[in-house]
Amino acid sequence: MRKYLSKRILSSLLAITGLFVMVFFLARLTGDPGHLYLPIDAPVEVRKEFSEKHGFNDPIYIQFGRFLEDLSEGDLGYSLRKERPAIDIVLEAIPVTLSLAAVAMTIALIGAILIGSLAAYKPNGLFDRISRVVSLTAASAPDFWIAITAILIFSVSLGWLPTSGIGGLPYWIMPIGILVIRPLGLLVQVVRGSMITTLSSDFVKTARAKGVKEKKVIFKHALRNGLLPVITVAGDQAAAIANGAVIVETIFGWPGIGKLMIDSIMQRDFAVVQASILVTAIVILSINIIIDITYAILDPRIRHK
Amino acid sequence: MSNNVNSLLKVSNLAVSFDTVEGSINAVQGIDFELNKGQTLAIIGESGSGKSVTASVIMGILSCPPGRIKSGEIFLNKQDILKLSEIDRRKLMGNKIAIIFQDTLSHLNPVFTVGAQIAECFEVHKNYTKKESWDKAVKLLDRVKIPNPYKRAKDYPHQFSGGQRQRVMIAMALALEPDIIIADEPTTALDVTIQAKILELLAELRDERNMGLILITHDLGIAAEVADKVIVLKNGKIVEKGTLKEVFIKPKHKYTKELMNSIPGKFNQRYKRSDNIDTNPILEIKNISKSYDTLACDNINFNLFRDEIIGIVGESGSGKTTISNLILRLIEPSSGCILYHGRNIFDFDKKELFNFRRKVQIVFQDPYASLNPTMNVFDIISEPWIIHNDFLHKKLHQARISELLTSVGLKPSDSKKYPHEFSGGQRQRIAIARALALNPEIIICDEAVSALDVSIQAQIIKLLKDLRKQFSLSYLFIAHDLPVVKDLADRVIVMKSGEILEEGNVEKVFNKPVNPYTIDLLKSSPSIEKLLSN
Repeated sequence: MRKYLSKRILSSLLAITGLFVMVFFLARLTGDPGHLYLPIDAPVEVRKEFSEKHGFNDPIYIQFGRFLEDLSEGDLGYSLRKERPAIDIVLEAIPVTLSLAAVAMTIALIGAILIGSLAAYKPNGLFDRISRVVSLTAASAPDFWIAITAILIFSVSLGWLPTSGIGGLPYWIMPIGILVIRPLGLLVQVVRGSMITTLSSDFVKTARAKGVKEKKVIFKHALRNGLLPVITVAGDQAAAIANGAVIVETIFGWPGIGKLMIDSIMQRDFAVVQASILVTAIVILSINIIIDITYAILDPRIRHK
Repeated sequence: MSNNVNSLLKVSNLAVSFDTVEGSINAVQGIDFELNKGQTLAIIGESGSGKSVTASVIMGILSCPPGRIKSGEIFLNKQDILKLSEIDRRKLMGNKIAIIFQDTLSHLNPVFTVGAQIAECFEVHKNYTKKESWDKAVKLLDRVKIPNPYKRAKDYPHQFSGGQRQRVMIAMALALEPDIIIADEPTTALDVTIQAKILELLAELRDERNMGLILITHDLGIAAEVADKVIVLKNGKIVEKGTLKEVFIKPKHKYTKELMNSIPGKFNQRYKRSDNIDTNPILEIKNISKSYDTLACDNINFNLFRDEIIGIVGESGSGKTTISNLILRLIEPSSGCILYHGRNIFDFDKKELFNFRRKVQIVFQDPYASLNPTMNVFDIISEPWIIHNDFLHKKLHQARISELLTSVGLKPSDSKKYPHEFSGGQRQRIAIARALALNPEIIICDEAVSALDVSIQAQIIKLLKDLRKQFSLSYLFIAHDLPVVKDLADRVIVMKSGEILEEGNVEKVFNKPVNPYTIDLLKSSPSIEKLLSN
């Protein structure tokens, strides 16, 4: 297991390196940041000086070399706009997104396990049919539309919840609610499918033959086996949120990593783009490693490989 | 209700049906039987006879729907258990009646330790603490002779061998000292020597606790070894019941007689291959060794002649399949060579190998898995001709397929059908027709009849014999089932751990075995001979 993990981490590092090289060059394909940074009527000399100062005139491989040199000293560059180290800005934004993702995924996962398992217990029963329609709707609903409608209803008409910003519990309700919907819908379907298969497997028959109560048959014997495919999908969903819940963050004014990334791309703030991509990549790869570990915890057959 | 004081279980007029899209299927149609303390009742029947359905109903694990109990009573201790509430019924399950299943790898939960799974029985039915339950589980593992039980209790099912897993399953069934144990094909997937030990253990425990044992099996040999009473099921009805001797020695019903005749290993109708047709062997296996992490086969030598059937006998891990893979050149040997008409097959270039492959064909064990479900019979049988495109002109395919299907006992019109439309035995016939398509010299049958019911098995063996006569084929017949080999083979090779332990004429090996392992193997192999000779 330890050997497997270190191998996994090593290959993740390789992936991050590759990603980083790609981002560096792709970002520079979008054009000169000076065009966006300086006023439209800025004289040519000013533009030249700006480019000179930030090294944008140098051949790209020299820029890359400089970038690597800085990186080796732990320096991810300086934000052009905010005039602060890029990494500081990113490290302020990431906890916001991560806490959104963590809360939303926990709720989605628990909800999906309960609803999906109960639906799977009697396939085509009333509960199953209702949950199937609702989960399909939830999985395919456009989140920007729900967000705007929710603001309209709960903030504008009813005045129950704040429209945007961060703060106490009321500020969390709508963003979390909207982030939960899609993963919940999707996960209910995955849990249901997986549990139907597991509940008809032979070891469930053995458990019943031992006289184990149905509740335990479902939530002990079947669930732990049925969870394996669910974990994979849940991990993907968590990664998607961590990658920037852009829409929710923008609509509700949460200063998370998604919003930061979009803003810095718009402004060609290369250092911030690079730093945010590096940090999110690390987060996503960590999520993947966590999934692998969870797999091994749930299934001894993987552990013993 | 009978007055029999020893009566444990009485089933009367039990009928079960399954509701399917195509209507209701009657799986069990009014069966009656009684089981006494300390007695073993064997329920014999082929696939689809309703024996496992009967077991699930008694156990209380029939899934309804689609299953439906249409009528009947099952008395356990003077109480009709079919009338009990769900809660009262559950109190009996695992407690008064317990079951042992066939495929232990799928029937044990892969994510819990075996100790926890056995301990669960106590947690469900008794108010034992976790610690007490665990200690009891360890004791049970010891009772079923799992070595080092204290440590092994913490292991997971996949860390045990098949035989050990069956012991774990038995320990679980025994946990609460039930009155009745139902054993549903408990040894079908196991090697004969392990099978013998498991059956011995079951009988020992039955006597020790005066339990009733219901043994469900398709293997008449096993029934003959352990049963006191026998019922024979066919299409959900009891066609014959009585004591073991009544049913086995003087069967009355036509179907039972047919079954008894199908039992392999009677040495009848042997076909003598004409001597000296060809003194040069087709295939010479010379000093072949193959090692992976361990030695899979070690310095194997034998020859195969034209029109000869060699039976290779051995338990799992003995290297039988490695040899077949080597002969097909699916794997390369670590050392040694295989000569085909005097030429080493491992020196063949691409074209020679291509031609060689025509001459050696294989029939696999599981006819459900070895035929592509999306191809119809025509496509399956003609595929070799598409690969070997100079073999037969396209216009002749249909005619040749009709011939082949006829020679394996199927109808030419079957060529349009898909594999799922056939029974297991018929599928094996299709697999044989495909093997015959390229006029091979050698057919390797890797456990080709192991998955089939006895009567079907007998038919396939007869077919293989007929085909050999007709086409002068040579077979390499790989099997763990000794009686089948006895019926079919001219020569027998006994293998263990990658080595040949004994080799010789079939009469000699079966009647005067020399190697202690062969003797053990023959003794372990369940047969009705002992019963008949008494």
